[in-house]
Amino acid sequence: MSEPMVEVRNVTKVYERGRQQIEVLHGLTLEIPKGDFVALMGPSGSGKTTLLNLIGGLDKPSSGEVRVGGVRIDELGSSALARWRAHNVGFVFQFYNLMPVLSAEGNVELPLLLTNLSAAQRRKNVAVALEVVGLADRAKHKPRELSGGQEQRVAIARALVSDPQLLVCDEPTGDLDRKTADEILGLLQVLNREHKKTIVIVTHDPKAAEFASRTLHLEKGQLLEQAA
Amino acid sequence: MTRAGFVIANLFRRRTRTILTLLSVIMAFLLFGLLQSVNSIFSSGADFVGATRLFTQARVSFTVALPVSMVPKLESVPGVARVAYLQWFGGVWQTNTPLIMFALDPQRYHDVYPEWVMPEEQWQTFERTRTGMVAGRQLAKQYGWKIGQKIPISSQIWPQKNGSKAWQFDLVGIFDGKDEEWQKRTNQAFIQQDYFDEANQFGIKGRTNFFVLKLAPGANAETISKTVDAMFENSPDETKTQTEKDFNISFVKQIGDIGLIVRWILFAVFFTLLLVVGNTMAQSVRERIPELAVLKTLGFSDGSVLGFVLAEAFALVLSGGLVGMVLASLAGAGVEKATGGQFLLSLNGGVWLIGIVAIVLMSVAVGLLPALRARRLKIVDALAGR
Repeated sequence: MSEPMVEVRNVTKVYERGRQQIEVLHGLTLEIPKGDFVALMGPSGSGKTTLLNLIGGLDKPSSGEVRVGGVRIDELGSSALARWRAHNVGFVFQFYNLMPVLSAEGNVELPLLLTNLSAAQRRKNVAVALEVVGLADRAKHKPRELSGGQEQRVAIARALVSDPQLLVCDEPTGDLDRKTADEILGLLQVLNREHKKTIVIVTHDPKAAEFASRTLHLEKGQLLEQAA
Repeated sequence: MTRAGFVIANLFRRRTRTILTLLSVIMAFLLFGLLQSVNSIFSSGADFVGATRLFTQARVSFTVALPVSMVPKLESVPGVARVAYLQWFGGVWQTNTPLIMFALDPQRYHDVYPEWVMPEEQWQTFERTRTGMVAGRQLAKQYGWKIGQKIPISSQIWPQKNGSKAWQFDLVGIFDGKDEEWQKRTNQAFIQQDYFDEANQFGIKGRTNFFVLKLAPGANAETISKTVDAMFENSPDETKTQTEKDFNISFVKQIGDIGLIVRWILFAVFFTLLLVVGNTMAQSVRERIPELAVLKTLGFSDGSVLGFVLAEAFALVLSGGLVGMVLASLAGAGVEKATGGQFLLSLNGGVWLIGIVAIVLMSVAVGLLPALRARRLKIVDALAGR
């Protein structure tokens, strides 16, 4: 078995909502090898997005360890974690979350502003990323001038452009019709198979999960396999 | 794309709102520039005048004339080297252009004000010519006056004995200032006190609005001021003596405390601006909380996100502020040119400096709270719309 990209050890996550404490993840342990394509499924409130946020370094566990690419990201401070995200992980959201004031290429270039690349090199990388997602001819278009599927492709290009090894996708096809969803999932599959990206997606859609190499089911904050 | 480009793109996400806000910033700084210039005009008289002269006027008001016969008494005060006197003429050029114009004794005035530069023979001609008039360089240039011309001037106050307010004077000299500050004030004209005394219908003779006391080197201005006022205490012509600087300030303050008025107007303008721009910035941040969260997701630090919002506020206030200040400069220069330098409204370095400081402070004031809010955003909450 190849070395792990993601190691989650005995993680709990407790949210405070007013006076209430809600434990979303209960001592969850998980390992995702490099180059894997994992779908996280489960009912609403099962902790899928919470787990994805922990793996992507958007949030920290209440206890336990999260190690990605060998780095204990749960121990990083806010600035170090931001730097880590910039270089190591790409995000794709259900509603694309593009900057409406920027063109497709502007959106894709955004993460590169955090690098030391020259403007010319940035432009080159952006062109490659847009080429990979098949949107080279739409580079100058603003998000409102693109279809939902095209917006999601731009979001994927933005996630790819800094060449992270890990892509985390939260319901990436949740806002798309079946045909477009399949195109997007096919694109993720290509990124996994040809570009060796490790991909974790959260989805409610069993058809979407079929594109992944394996599916993990969460329920009430625990992996079903573990609970079993 | 650069970070600056991203800031500007965000600034114009709602074009109409940003343009309206920019217009309010421009108007505020246009007002600021002009009002600060007005303020500095009213206080500048005091900046360049040394305490080498005292002004004596009637204690009640300078509009109450004092007898010229006080001159020997004033000159007898130890420390007083020479005394000149001035009577406000209220001259008007052509239909409606008021002039700064005084009737005076040429020789005495020349002795007391060496700052005015004019050939000696022109001073002598002025002294000899009863209908003589000398004009400052700016004034002569503005109206195209030449030495030897007869200049028709009417008076707002003083009719001649024949009832006509139209006077006529012979221009016998054109004076300049010894340095830039005095040259800026060559927008005045002087006529002979003797001629004025004889020709005015009211029979105002031998009376004047102010005495100017030139002090001997090393003389104590405060002591002399007290001595003069004590000398005329309980007389029909009680006096108030002050330094030229204080006189200039109190003269202007008869209109009101200009500095205070300007400060209050500017306070009102900037307070309103603070609310307008502050609201724009707060609204702008509020409506793109998820976008700010995405920036953080992509790896921009809390400080970077704070910087983006502050930079937007700064860009908005800086661009509006600079345009406003430039417009104020142009308007001020236009007014100055149109009035032949009578209203020196051009923005000086000091006004620009205060303007720049105001731009920086205003940017921080309107941008800091929304920027801190953006900085504190928790990614997962913001993305979830909480």
